[in-house]
Amino acid sequence: MILPTFIIIPLLAAFLIVLFGGRHDRGAVIISGAAAASLTALAVVVFFGGRTEAAVYAMGAWKVPLGISLVLDPLSSVMLVMVSLITLTSLLFSVAYMRHLEGEAKYYALLMTLVAGMNGVILTSDIFNLFVFMEIALFAAFALVAYGGRAQEYEAAFKYAVMGSISSSLILFAIAVVYSGTSALSMSAIAAALPQKDLLLTFWAGGLFLAGFGLKAAVMPFHAWLPDAHSSAPAPISAMLSGVLIKTLGVYALIRVFFNVLGAPPLFLQAFLVLGAVSILVGNILAVGQWDFKRLLAYSSIGQVGYILLAAGLGTPLGMAGAVFHMINHAIFKSLLFYNSGALETALGTRDLRQMGNVSKLLPVTAQTSMVASLAIAGIPPFNGFFSKLLIIIAAVQAGQPFYALAAVVGSLFTIAAFMKVQRYGLRSERPAGPLQAKVSWGMNAAMVVLAVLCIVTSLMIVPGIREATLDPAVKVVMEKAQLWLTVFGK
Amino acid sequence: MILYALCFALFLVGLYGMITKRDLVKIILASGVMGYAVNLMFVLIGYRQQAAYPILEPGKPVPAMVDPLPQALVLTSIVIELGVTSLLVALAIRLFQKYKTFDITQIRRLRG
Repeated sequence: MILPTFIIIPLLAAFLIVLFGGRHDRGAVIISGAAAASLTALAVVVFFGGRTEAAVYAMGAWKVPLGISLVLDPLSSVMLVMVSLITLTSLLFSVAYMRHLEGEAKYYALLMTLVAGMNGVILTSDIFNLFVFMEIALFAAFALVAYGGRAQEYEAAFKYAVMGSISSSLILFAIAVVYSGTSALSMSAIAAALPQKDLLLTFWAGGLFLAGFGLKAAVMPFHAWLPDAHSSAPAPISAMLSGVLIKTLGVYALIRVFFNVLGAPPLFLQAFLVLGAVSILVGNILAVGQWDFKRLLAYSSIGQVGYILLAAGLGTPLGMAGAVFHMINHAIFKSLLFYNSGALETALGTRDLRQMGNVSKLLPVTAQTSMVASLAIAGIPPFNGFFSKLLIIIAAVQAGQPFYALAAVVGSLFTIAAFMKVQRYGLRSERPAGPLQAKVSWGMNAAMVVLAVLCIVTSLMIVPGIREATLDPAVKVVMEKAQLWLTVFGK
Repeated sequence: MILYALCFALFLVGLYGMITKRDLVKIILASGVMGYAVNLMFVLIGYRQQAAYPILEPGKPVPAMVDPLPQALVLTSIVIELGVTSLLVALAIRLFQKYKTFDITQIRRLRG
């Protein structure tokens, strides 16, 4: 069976790196590179394999509802492709970047553990198992944020760990509430049992889940840890955290639990809309005020996650298509922007936009790819960001929520302002850049170019024929709500 | 019912401590309190009045048993909490080495 290999490969790689990696990073790079490449190949094969029905793997051959089952449906295969692609480019970028920071084998072991945790969260169909994989991913993330070993990094990691432990406790409490009401832990059994129970149970569990996963997704009232944590981590890790971790642990888990388990109660969809709109506005406005490039990107992540949440909260198929599409697009362009910031930090030794000079001659690849990413995130056609934002705004108008559509448009204007600031003051200012402290190696450039190309290629997903093959199956899975498990397990 | 309410109160005590305390060590202790409250909740959910421990013995009639699954979950979550707590303590030690204080109002080089 192919399903457990998505968890086994990165976990095995992490252990092998710790066992045989040694003091230097050569062995670790080879092992983790092989793991990431095989994960990407597997995920792409599964994604384009053309299977329409979901694959199920019962761990230890214990069937639902007794055992834990891994379920691979179209939504999880989209997420798997996203995670493994970003992991691969992040590794490509890490090799040169971490040597600059005295790279060690441990770093690669932690990165692989992070991937194992995320793949587990994506595949599992058991809420307690989801919690355990979430903690695996978070442990690696805390350690990676603190990896630089400077005072600010410990501070950010402590803040992140405290917030992470609060949110994990809330989620565990929610699991306890659900278990006390339904005596089940597998999502299919809970979804089957909930409609017969008191509505109060759904509200209690939903409220706790919303607070817990909302903290992980850094939705607006719960966002305080994100700018510190994401800007303190090494650049390739910031790309992983902002690009895929907050989506897998936060948004994907929210969509999975609220749509496929709780059956999309209207009250919580309303909450998604409000939280999403607030995040869009405040996140993007705060991003405009930042001078530290990575902090600006981190605040803009809050705003962009708001788009995904708002689109999911609309509860219509078109809105959900926008949410899934924007999730993929944001993973690509935000990771690319974090690689740009890492390349600039390596070459110029600063993250402050005011101290950067015009680098379009000195670092042509960084300058050009950052332009592509800025245009994509600002929503300029023909880049992918334009199409997903357009889809979300059209969906909001169609769903009869013109005010939320307006919030999305206004947030988009602030995004344009923030990234015009990046280009105008940072990479394309009139000041000439100082002498380069280090070269941007081919690995970093390759990672940036791959993602810049993807920024254009993924916009093809809006084309009708391709959309039916990629986005629509994932949307269908979410829209089936609690009925999904009947199709999955065929009962 | 009152037991569940008390359990939730304990959870809120932990949450209150984590949000309002200024001392790193107290924050870590509060996170422990929060974890214990959740574990206690799980054990309470599994508890049945007048029930026996959930082990089948050959030759004996099967009595009413407490639910063993929450107990297994509690074991898992205790191990996870051990990991979180040790990580928090390790970070607190490093922070103390850098800043020479446990007071979070003085540990603030990050702004914005």
